[in-house]
Amino acid sequence: MQPAGVKEVQARGVRRGALGLAVCAVLLVLAMLASLAIGPVTIAPARVMEVLLAALQGERAAGVREAIVVLDIRLPRTLLGLLVGMALALGGALMQGIFRNPLADPGLIGVSNGAAFAAVGWIVLGHHAVDALPAGLAALAGTAGLPFAAFIGALLATVALYLIATRDGRTSVATMLFAGIAIGALSGAGTGVMVFLASDQQLRDFTFWSFGSLGGSTFAKVWAAAPFVVLLLLAALPLARALDAIALGEAEAFHVGVNVQRTKRIAIAAVAAAVGAAVAMAGVIGFIGLVVPHLVRLALGPGHRVLLPASALLGGALLLGADVVARTLVSPAELPLGVVTAMMGAPFFLGLLLRRRAALGG
Amino acid sequence: MRSGRAFLVASLVLLLTDASFSLRAEEPKPALAQSEVLPAAETAHIVAIGGAVTEILYALGLGERIVAVDTSSTYPPQALGTKPNVGYMRALSPEGVLAVGPSIILAQEGSGPPDAVTVLKSASVPFETVPDARTPEQVVANIRHLAALAGVKARGEELAQAVERDFATLAAFRARIASPRSAAFILSASGAAPVAGGRNTSADALFALAGVTNALSTMSGYKPAVDEALMAAEPYALIVMDNRNHGLTNEALAAMPAFAGTTAAKAGRIHRVDGAYMLGFGPRTPQAARDLMAMVYPELNLPALPAHAWTAGSRAEPDSEPPAAPAAAPAGSGQPG
Repeated sequence: MQPAGVKEVQARGVRRGALGLAVCAVLLVLAMLASLAIGPVTIAPARVMEVLLAALQGERAAGVREAIVVLDIRLPRTLLGLLVGMALALGGALMQGIFRNPLADPGLIGVSNGAAFAAVGWIVLGHHAVDALPAGLAALAGTAGLPFAAFIGALLATVALYLIATRDGRTSVATMLFAGIAIGALSGAGTGVMVFLASDQQLRDFTFWSFGSLGGSTFAKVWAAAPFVVLLLLAALPLARALDAIALGEAEAFHVGVNVQRTKRIAIAAVAAAVGAAVAMAGVIGFIGLVVPHLVRLALGPGHRVLLPASALLGGALLLGADVVARTLVSPAELPLGVVTAMMGAPFFLGLLLRRRAALGG
Repeated sequence: MRSGRAFLVASLVLLLTDASFSLRAEEPKPALAQSEVLPAAETAHIVAIGGAVTEILYALGLGERIVAVDTSSTYPPQALGTKPNVGYMRALSPEGVLAVGPSIILAQEGSGPPDAVTVLKSASVPFETVPDARTPEQVVANIRHLAALAGVKARGEELAQAVERDFATLAAFRARIASPRSAAFILSASGAAPVAGGRNTSADALFALAGVTNALSTMSGYKPAVDEALMAAEPYALIVMDNRNHGLTNEALAAMPAFAGTTAAKAGRIHRVDGAYMLGFGPRTPQAARDLMAMVYPELNLPALPAHAWTAGSRAEPDSEPPAAPAAAPAGSGQPG
């Protein structure tokens, strides 16, 4: 029997968490609507809704420009942005929890470095592979080669890191951090070699890829990325209790009955797959994975039961908001998405930090 | 990683400075180096840096005198095929260039890095640059300038006049265009936002020569374009720089979100062109512009421009995939008048 006061405090915490989640969900819905309604082609929001509702009923005026823009260009772009934002932010929250390090982000497990090296390798040398393939496969490699290479690169880097850091069935977080730096330097060197070999055009392709973009989103990309992100959500949300315990220390978590190694393994595998898929589809988009969990923590507290889902929702919202800016600010040209996420989020984050400086410093 | 970043930054800087090329191209040319330091044409050992420079030197009949070229010197094929390669024009190594024993270095504007150029200029070998051309006048001026530097003024005059005649014929072709059409130049479409040519690009300049309106003239430089903005620009044709990379088929291109909704893609008006030929702004530019014009205005049935020694083997569409639609003209040198 707990005293009434404790119960009340707990109830307040639950209410606050529920309210916070609701706010994040509303923000996400608003961001999705904005992403569907705003773009270089002006379409009245009412007309956008009409097109969407008609599409829901299976009707579609083929060839009508508005329908093409909304359904073929903005809808897959919005869905892909949602998936990528969720994967990055939730991945960041998990990594910060597992590594008990506020500076952790999904890149820590080598995903971005591995993906970047593989991507530039494909951009520079991929045509040799394409040339060697029979015509049918070559056409497939032409469209899917870059994301596939990036995804494999991300996974390989993570597997290498995990194997290096795991000894006698225990994964050392510290070893993983240091090995991550080494692997990062190695893939950075490899990337440098590729950049050296690259032509102007390949260099340009890689430069834009490495700053991220949701341009060229198709439903094929959405379907390819969705399973990994759904898997991440399914794997991550049940880890909340274990992560709360790990926050107190790995030994402490072990003593309250948390299987720390299993938690690490699940989190790292799920994050590698989902963030690998996100990077494969949209390139390297920084900042979201680092900052969104902090924003949520500052607003709603460190409990992972709220932190994990709220990060996913807010990550999707922030990425979609950034993409709306990326595609309208200098239209018809498009700003690199990673530039926008950093420019939008970093000052906001700094402002929050400054306001809470006293509390954090204490 | 740091070096990788440095390269990225450098390439971004290149992107940003691209917009200023056309401005710098108007700068007054430096006075010719004193003739006493210039080697005689018969004994010169020339290092040619930049695709247009190499093309012009070969067109002047100086192929024998070239001792090395850079990687961007893709035409004529024997340039890179038979000559030592001193690397990419923007990443020269002074020692590598001097090692081939040049008596004169002829480079295109933009050769670098600046430190390497400073070193080369301070060596006892004359180092001369020609501006990036964007107009017929600049192309012809570059021909005369290089011919003078290489000591073959008379041959330069012949070549310049031949190219001027081709440009004049091209202008006559342009006059036959009743209502101009627009096209979009796609530098690369690797799956993300397609990188397209806006104002102040070599592609824009070529479009102007071909009497084609640039559908993306509201942006400047080569930039990734928003899918729906490209679609909304409604280009009549899509001119895609052919990069052997990625093996993208025309079908895959036409299915990309930026292109799928365009009438250009639906009607199969996607043309994959040779970048060095189309954007080189050397002596083959009149032919390149006429080929582009023939792609966008097939109904004009433009005759081919006269073939010259210096245009041999040039083809606008290197892949020469069968035309996707009857409307697509079989562009290239072989079209009957």
